[in-house]
Order: sequence, then C-alpha cells, then structure tokens
Amino acid sequence: MENPTAAKVHAPPGGFLRRYVFSTDHKVIGIQYYLLALFSVFLGMTLSALMRYHLVYPGEKQHLFQLLWPNGAPDGIMTPELYLSLMTMHGTIMVFFVLTTAPQSGFGNYFLPLQIGAPDMAFPVLNMLSFWTTLLSFLVLCSAFFADGGAPLGGWTAYPPLSATGAIAGPGMGTGMDLWIISIALFCVASLMGAINFLTTVLEMRAKGMSLMRMPLTCWGWFVTAVISLFAFAVLLTAGILLLLDRLGGTSFFLPAGLVISDRVLDHSGGSPLLWQHLFWFFGHPEVYIAILPGMGLVSTVLSVFSRKPVFGYKAMAYAMVAIGLLGFLVWGHHMFISGMSPYSAIAFSVLTLAIGVPSAIKTFNWLGTIWGGQLRLTTAMLFALGFVSVFVSGGLTGLFLGQPALDLYFHDTYFVVGHFHMIMGVASIFGIFAATFYWFPKVTGRMMSEPLGKIHFYCTFLGAYAIFIPMHFAGIAGNPRRYADFTQFDFLKDLASVHKFITHAALFTAVIQLLFLWNLFWSWRRGAKARENPWNATTLEWALPSPPPAHNFGINPPLVKRGPYDYSLPQGGKDFLMQHEGEEE
Amino acid sequence: MEREATWEGGGSPFAIGVKPLGMWLFVVSDALTFSALLVTYTYCRLSNPDWPTPFHFSPSILFSTAMTFLLLSSSFTMALAVRAMKNGRRRQTVRMMAATIAMGLGFVALHLNEWFHLMRVGNITLTDNPWHQPLFGATFFGLTGLHMVHVCAGSIYLAIVAAGVARGKFGAEDVETSGLYWHFVDLVWMFIFPMVYLMSVAR
Repeated sequence: MENPTAAKVHAPPGGFLRRYVFSTDHKVIGIQYYLLALFSVFLGMTLSALMRYHLVYPGEKQHLFQLLWPNGAPDGIMTPELYLSLMTMHGTIMVFFVLTTAPQSGFGNYFLPLQIGAPDMAFPVLNMLSFWTTLLSFLVLCSAFFADGGAPLGGWTAYPPLSATGAIAGPGMGTGMDLWIISIALFCVASLMGAINFLTTVLEMRAKGMSLMRMPLTCWGWFVTAVISLFAFAVLLTAGILLLLDRLGGTSFFLPAGLVISDRVLDHSGGSPLLWQHLFWFFGHPEVYIAILPGMGLVSTVLSVFSRKPVFGYKAMAYAMVAIGLLGFLVWGHHMFISGMSPYSAIAFSVLTLAIGVPSAIKTFNWLGTIWGGQLRLTTAMLFALGFVSVFVSGGLTGLFLGQPALDLYFHDTYFVVGHFHMIMGVASIFGIFAATFYWFPKVTGRMMSEPLGKIHFYCTFLGAYAIFIPMHFAGIAGNPRRYADFTQFDFLKDLASVHKFITHAALFTAVIQLLFLWNLFWSWRRGAKARENPWNATTLEWALPSPPPAHNFGINPPLVKRGPYDYSLPQGGKDFLMQHEGEEE
Repeated sequence: MEREATWEGGGSPFAIGVKPLGMWLFVVSDALTFSALLVTYTYCRLSNPDWPTPFHFSPSILFSTAMTFLLLSSSFTMALAVRAMKNGRRRQTVRMMAATIAMGLGFVALHLNEWFHLMRVGNITLTDNPWHQPLFGATFFGLTGLHMVHVCAGSIYLAIVAAGVARGKFGAEDVETSGLYWHFVDLVWMFIFPMVYLMSVAR
C-alpha cells in the first residue's frame, strides 16, 4: 500500500484557458456543468412559456413567433408542427441537459471528491472530455432549430415509425431528427464516461476511514445514479445507432411492412416500432431515477443539517436508494401498457412498479422521522428540501394510478401523465437543484445568497408549481389529450378552457419569478455577504475546507475520517455537532 | 491520478488499481451495448418466422470457426503478454502484444473477406437479400460490424500500449488494462459466433 500522502496534487493551473476552460479540476468542471444546465433550463422554460401561451390564445398573432420562426409561424400564428417541435426540444433539453446534468454531473463533480476526501476525480482528463462531449451534444441539439425544416416533432421519446422515416414524416423529421439522434448518442457517450469516473472515484479514492457506510447520503445518491447511467445510457446508445441506421442506412429495425406515410408506401419490412419502445424505456424509466436520486441524497443531508438531528435510519436510506435503482430496471413495460402487451406481462410490470413504492415510502417516512422533534431552521435550502418531500409525495401518489394497467389505459396520453411526471421528475428534481444551490453556494463562491430573496422565490415557485401541475391532473381525468397544439377545435374540451387559462397564467408567473433566482445567484456571487468556512454548522468534509476550496482540495494531507456523516444533537459544551474527521474514532 | 486506494481496513478488498477498475466499468457498459444489439437480433429473428438460415458447414462455418480460433489464440498471447509484463520482461511483452495485434488484424482480414463474399456472391446487403428478409443483413452486418470496429480499435489501442511498453513509458497495470479490453472483445465474439453463425446453419 502506497502512502496516501504521496498522492500527486494539482499544481495551481496557470493561464485563463487552462484554469477555467480546458480545466481538469473537478470543481471547475462541476461549475461548467452547472452553468450549462442553467442556460438550458432557461431555454427550456422559455419554450414551455411559448407553448402555454399558444394553447390558450391559439388564434392571436404574435410578431415574436413570426420573427423567430418565419416558416413555423408564417402569419404570426404557431402551426401545429412548430408547437410539436417546441415540445420536443423542451422535453429533450430539460430531461438531458437539466435534470441529468445539474444534479449528477454538476453538483456531483464538485462535491463528490470533497465529501470523500479525494484530491480529484479518478480520471481528470476523462472528466474534462465528458463535459466537452456534453456541450457538443447540446450544440448539436440546438442546431436542429436552424436545420432545414426546423426542430424534430417526435417528442423526447422519438417513437418510430415516424421518427425512422425521414422528411416525409413532417418538417423537422429530416435533418432535424438526424441531429437530435446524433446529439443523444453523444450525450450517451459523455454520460458513460462520467459514470465510469464517478464509480471509480467512489470505489478507489475515499480518504482513510471513509467506509461506504460512512459516506454522506449525497455520495450514495451519486454512486447509485452512476450505476444506473452506466447501464441505461449503454442501451440508449444502441437504440440511437439503430434508429440512425434505419434513417440513413435504409435498414428496417423499427419499420414494419406496409407503412403508408404522406401517401407513400414505404419499402420496408420485418421491423417493429415496439422494439424501440422496449429499448428506449429500458433507458427511459431508469432516467427518472438518474434525475431524482441525487436530489434524494441532498435532501436527506439538508433536512438533517437544518433539523440538527442525525438522518433517521441512515442504512435504510442507503439501501432504499440501491433498491430504487435496481427496481427501476424492471419496470419499463409500464410505459407500454397500451401497446398491445399481454395482460400477464402487464400485471408483472404493474406489481414491480408498485413495489418501488416501498423504498420510496421508506425514504419519505425517514425524512419525516429526521425532522420530527428537530430544531428546524427554515433557511431557503431547508424550505426547498421540504418542498422536495412535498412534491415527491404528490407526484409519487399519482404514479400509483398510472402503474395500474386498467387505469393507465384511460390516463395514457392525457394531461394526467403530464402533471404526474412534471411533478415527480421535473419539479422534485429542480427543487433538489435549488436546495443544493442555496446549501452549497457559500462553499463554491465564499459568499452567502440572499435569504429574503430566496424565500420569496421559494414560496412563489412552490405555489406556482402546484398551481400549474395539479389542475393538469383534473384536465387529464376529464380526458384532455396531451401533445395537442390546439384544444379549441374540440367540443368536449371547451369546458376546460378556463382551467388551461389558469395553468398558463400560473406558468408565466412562475417563469418570471425564476428571474429572481437568477438575480440572486449572480448578485450574490459578486456582492453577497462573506461566508465562513462552515456557515451551516454541517458535519461533512467539504465544510472543513476554506470557502472557496483551494485548487488542490485537501492537498497532501487528506483528513482521517473517524465517524459517520450526521453527528448532530450531541450533548456537549459549545457546539452540537462533530465533523467527520473530528473527535475520537467511533 | 496515480494513487492507490485507501480503504478503511488498510488494503483494498478488490486489490485492483484505478485504471483496471475503470476498464472493468467500461466493459460492463459496453456489454450492455452489445446485449441490446443481441436482444434486437433475437427480437427480429423471433418476430419473423421465415428467418433465413443460409450458412452451410462448408465454407461458412469452417471459415468462421477459423476466425474464432484466430481470435481465441490472440487472447492466449495477450494473457502471455500480461504475465510477461508482470515478470518485468518488456521485450517478451512487446513480442506477445505484436502477435496479438497480428492475429486481431488477421481476424479482421478474414472477416472482411467473408463480408465481401456474402455481398458479391450471396447478394446479402445491409438492406436486402435473396429471401427478402431485410433484417437478416441488417442484424448480421450490425452485430459483426460493431464487433469488428471493436477489434480494430483494440488493435490500435494495443499498438499504442505496446509502443509505450517498448519505450518504458507504460507499466504492468497498463498492459493488464488493455488485456481486459481485448479479452472482452473476444468474449463478445463467443456470443456472436453461436447466435449468428451456428444457429443459422442451413437445414
């Protein structure tokens, strides 16, 4: 065994390019990922605002639409094709470049090595490569906006046969769709590189004394997420390559015989669109957990810090994350209940799906157990963590409806589904990102974010999110289909017009409120109050370093870890907590 | 980052360095990529009852058996290279890796020969074939093509490592890591050979 003090440390990098652009420092790369996700989330949100506007004012001319999309909105009125392309880009940007990028690649890169006492990730150059591949993937995706025919119409799931047949399937289904697939394939490669790095780092780079069962739950979240990424993105990569082959190589993997599209009989046979659904959802369902697990870990930590109590049932929390990750790979069929699946398979998928409720309930009850009887400090980070638990429960309970084949037959492709997955995957993960931003901002920048602004932002966003997505469930129960560009055409949806107006106004309000967060973030970066080394009196290792941490983290003296990550409420003089490297060996 | 694992108990329970572990994880993800393709092949084959089984014992199966033998032998020389490097015998290592690369390229040459034979004589292409079962060619060329890409990439990778070993730049762990990759590519063929060739023998 080599002496760990002999570890190579980063020489302080010289030059702007090496330091901030082509950096191999995990902290710089973490910030790069975060900024990419920040840009993406505002782009994705703007697209959704335009869609919501169009849904309730479909006949009103807007010069902005005409200016941005001369072909998609020729007289200032959005065509259904433009609406679908905005929806596709909104979904793809949000799922891949926000919900996958910020919690795992952003915060994980910055804080995983710090929390386990490592000098960097295991493969720093691979880490840099994986960021630049992600950025390239993002640029390729955005270039679809400017391609001939515009952005693709296939939704973030890109179901064949229409996604496999080329430009005859509609504008944007030619070059735009090709670019979409190439972008996703690049994203798969980047995510695989990232997953290998995260797993190797957790398994090999922990400081002395940091056993797996002493890792903060955030690290467990990133670890399990990396395992899921390693499996899921590998399969999506194959699916993407096959879809590209169908489009460019003339193969028929996803194309059955006798297809007629745009009055043309296609010369394909033997393939099956269902094959894509299997491959896609084998990735697609675990992707939900890729988005939410890092948030679960973070919320556990934040609830513990601001309740001044240890996490209730630490081991159960860690095992529950592993169980969720495992079960996540066995339930992809619940996205395909109406695809003509045998009822026996449907029951099996349904039972496995509902079984995920067990570890999810363990987590929820343990979060409540953690704050029970604690001395709550309602900081903005804490508020967002509590908000996470709230929307996780609201979004999770509607999952119980969708997990039952009989009910799903009715709810499938209605706004019920839109409400459900925005709550559980979108809002919950974003609340995790907000909580993490407020919690770790002092460590990253050395300054505090504004608490009053943060609290206004939280309450408005919390109410806004519920105001947007709860009414969608009712619209869905009333039979409102999703992905329609214009509801006013249908008599049976007339009564829902006022509901959609309410949703749109809530969405525009919530979107504008996000500017407050943006202001808080950049203003505090320059002008916020100076932060101490450990402003929250937290126990994990990153708070033992100065704020912001030096380029070489702990340098040649990694801390010796002596205890678990949540030693709060200790009866002793002066302070009520012990950091992981403090005190006597447990 | 050249750093040994620091475990709570002293030595690492896996007794594995950072680089081999990284390669193991890559192998796991690549195995999933190939699995998805094999599942696709199985799915297409089962959902098309009149799937062709055109490979005659001679020459197809004999030819592919020779390819299999070549690839397996290359794994053997690779194992010898890893052992030689562990014992500090650099020249022996380079020689064994050169043999491995030669057999890998031999495999690719035989494979390409088979491909062109199928295309020119058998009229089997990526999109069509005499039985009008377009997915036969698509799955065949897709699976063997992805594997061939891996063999070619592996040959380049091994050449770089061998050159580094010759110049004293790389150590035993680097050779071991490249060996892991090579054995994996070999293992994938051990699934492709029975599923694509042996199960398609002409009846």
